[in-house]
Amino acid sequence: MAVEERDGHSGYLTTGHEWNGIKELNTPVPRLVYLTLAVTALFAVGYWILMPAFPLGSTFTKGLLGADDRTAVTAAVKQAQTDRARWTDLIAAKSYDDIQGDPRLMAQVRATGAVLFGDNCAACHQRDARGGNGFPNLTTQSWLWGGTPEAIAETIRVGVNAAHPNTRVSQMPAFGRDGVLKRDEMENVVAYVMSLSAPPAGKVSADRIAAGKAVFTANCAACHGPEGRGNLELGAPNLTDSHWIYGSDATALYAGVWGGLQNQMPSWEGRLSALDRKILVLYILDRRGP
Amino acid sequence: MVAQLTKSERQVALVILLALTIVGLIFAGAGKDDPIGVHGFLIMACAIAAIFAVISASAEPEPSPERLDTYYDDPSKIGIVLAMAWAAVGMLVGFWVALLLAFPDLTFDAGWASFGRLRPVHTSGVIFGFGGNALIATSFYVMQRTSRARLPDQLSPLFVLFGYNLFCLLAATGYLMGITQSKEYAEPEWYADIWLVIVWVTYLVLYLRTLARRQEPHIYVANWYYLAFVLVVAMLHIVNNLAVPVGLGSAKSYSLFSGVQDAMTQWWYGHNAVAFFLTAGFLGMMYYYLPKRAGRPLFSYRMSIISFWGITFLYMWAGSHHLHYTALPQWVQTLGMTFSVMLLVPSWSAAANALLTLNGAWHKVRDDATLRFMMVAAVFYGLTTFEGSFLAIRPVNALSHYTDWTVGHVHAGALGWVAMITFGAIYASVPWLWKRDAMYSARLVEVHFWFAVTGTIIYVISMWNSGIIQGLMWRTYTPEGTLAYSFVDSLIEMHPYYIARAIGGLFFLIGTLVGCYNIWMTVRGEALPAATEPAGDIPAPAIAARQPAE
Repeated sequence: MAVEERDGHSGYLTTGHEWNGIKELNTPVPRLVYLTLAVTALFAVGYWILMPAFPLGSTFTKGLLGADDRTAVTAAVKQAQTDRARWTDLIAAKSYDDIQGDPRLMAQVRATGAVLFGDNCAACHQRDARGGNGFPNLTTQSWLWGGTPEAIAETIRVGVNAAHPNTRVSQMPAFGRDGVLKRDEMENVVAYVMSLSAPPAGKVSADRIAAGKAVFTANCAACHGPEGRGNLELGAPNLTDSHWIYGSDATALYAGVWGGLQNQMPSWEGRLSALDRKILVLYILDRRGP
Repeated sequence: MVAQLTKSERQVALVILLALTIVGLIFAGAGKDDPIGVHGFLIMACAIAAIFAVISASAEPEPSPERLDTYYDDPSKIGIVLAMAWAAVGMLVGFWVALLLAFPDLTFDAGWASFGRLRPVHTSGVIFGFGGNALIATSFYVMQRTSRARLPDQLSPLFVLFGYNLFCLLAATGYLMGITQSKEYAEPEWYADIWLVIVWVTYLVLYLRTLARRQEPHIYVANWYYLAFVLVVAMLHIVNNLAVPVGLGSAKSYSLFSGVQDAMTQWWYGHNAVAFFLTAGFLGMMYYYLPKRAGRPLFSYRMSIISFWGITFLYMWAGSHHLHYTALPQWVQTLGMTFSVMLLVPSWSAAANALLTLNGAWHKVRDDATLRFMMVAAVFYGLTTFEGSFLAIRPVNALSHYTDWTVGHVHAGALGWVAMITFGAIYASVPWLWKRDAMYSARLVEVHFWFAVTGTIIYVISMWNSGIIQGLMWRTYTPEGTLAYSFVDSLIEMHPYYIARAIGGLFFLIGTLVGCYNIWMTVRGEALPAATEPAGDIPAPAIAARQPAE
């Protein structure tokens, strides 16, 4: 019972059907639709002829252009390495001192090192390398494992308490949790340690500091040294300077003595090339302040 | 609601709910040391609550046979209410995760509040909760009227609707507990997936049964799209979720696919979810509500054929454009790219068909925010499909992939197209369903419209900016051959855009809440005194007679 009607507004006939009051016009498909269909289909067919496009059992149609992503990427990476070799070869070959004395190479180190540091180190040490609670500040002269270029390079290579077989290992025991020291002994040793880097506050008695010193000599000096100046071989921090990784107040120190401390830094040997690690060492040395 | 069920349907409902209770009990017992145990209790609680609802109505008399002279609209009404509830929740969580990206410390160290768990609550909440309920509700409405046939029974539509919402609930609560199979838009684990298969096949059968009873000689375009949506989503869902569960007492399962096959299956699923859930389904909505509201005949029947078959055929190939420049063989990427380019024509034909239908009714677009919602939706549909084809071109994708440009593209589609056409359809349906003269407040519809449009534009423009900046920063090299920026540098540049995005989302959320209020006040208002279905808008009498007496 299809009864076509002519739509007054558009002048087209309807298809004669009606659903719940909805009718359809029998408007022809605009020529533009066919044209664009043809153009996009032609583009597709052309692309299939020129580029890899269809599977053929265990292989595929290679396309007339012979384009191949894997070959293209391999070539591009090789080219990029060749272009970079102008200065990376110099960095790899020269000594730290020579590079630091060459302003042009150091400009490359600063540009490249900032990205390497931002992508690999900043998550812990922060973008400005100043660290934060639990993570050492790398811009000072205070180093856990040594601040020479070689020492820094080794720390980056093997990590600290990391999975690397030659990893640097360091652990401070939990004197409180493991029952080695009593509460007042720990409070005394904290008072003593605080007195090493700052004049004692008024209410701390000399007796207490002396008692703390005795505890220190018996329990802490083995790693931190008799004068508390630390030990680079063991990654034991110098307690007499003004740099503190976990905070400098009595509460923070007490927490460290009670529960022990164990830092972790991943080993980068498997993740960064020797060149990238050398650039990072130079970058860190460059960021280091007085 | 239960009183509308016949006595035998109430009995079948009880049997289904008892079976569901037992399934819940098994999971609760077997999985007592696993998050699946919590879901066992949740399933049991839902089933037992429903059993009480059915039993408390058991004394109600058999529904009157006169019901067969009208369409069965209870499931559509409930579906619209649920859709708006999920919209409010899903968009609120969306606003929250947008804030999390700008201010990452807002997780207050709780696992459930981390970005990785909240983000799927947002995506599933809006896509499946809001979009899915709106599709089910409107499809029931449209299929009955364009077929002039009542739904074949009362129970299966309710089973589809509530079963589907149980799936959404399992999905959202599971994410918070850390249950996920790590497939984007297919995160729910095996037991929820199996349940959805049962629900979805019932939906498909229900649709086919209604179409088989139709009293119109032809099947209207909207039904082609709704049917494609139901059929293809079933296929996608089943294939992509093929997995081996660890055991009855564990939520974990292992996918049947691995490596690049897994990636390809996932994005075949993912892109066709965009095609058949977020496009075909909502095109079905558009093809009914837009000409109906505009009072104009559809611009071109012939063009709707080209669009439909173009969209269904070409979309199936396009998924691999999500994996450009990856381990996926290059020839698969070529196919994904070229089919995406060809896809532009049928997509734009559908958008043009909608906009040209408005010829002769543009004054209504000016005056009626409901129709304007649908018009803007068609415009965003056109914009988004153009952008989609453009982003699928490999060199363009090299810049845009993994950046916020993708996020902006998705939201141009999700906010501008899917949500807008849904709000238009809901504002049109609510007065029709609840027999009201009009919405409680036309002004509030207008307010919602402008909040939604403003929010979408802020969102999309901020993501375009941040996406392109990201893409450029990631690929910029110094003359010495070194990357110019670290990833953290690009993240810092994103911060202002992330704040702008959260503001855009907040606008959209406010609009949705205004809509919820407006719908609530309309439902609470007074019904029109007499039945006002237009003549011919009732099931054909022959059908009513054919309905089994039950």
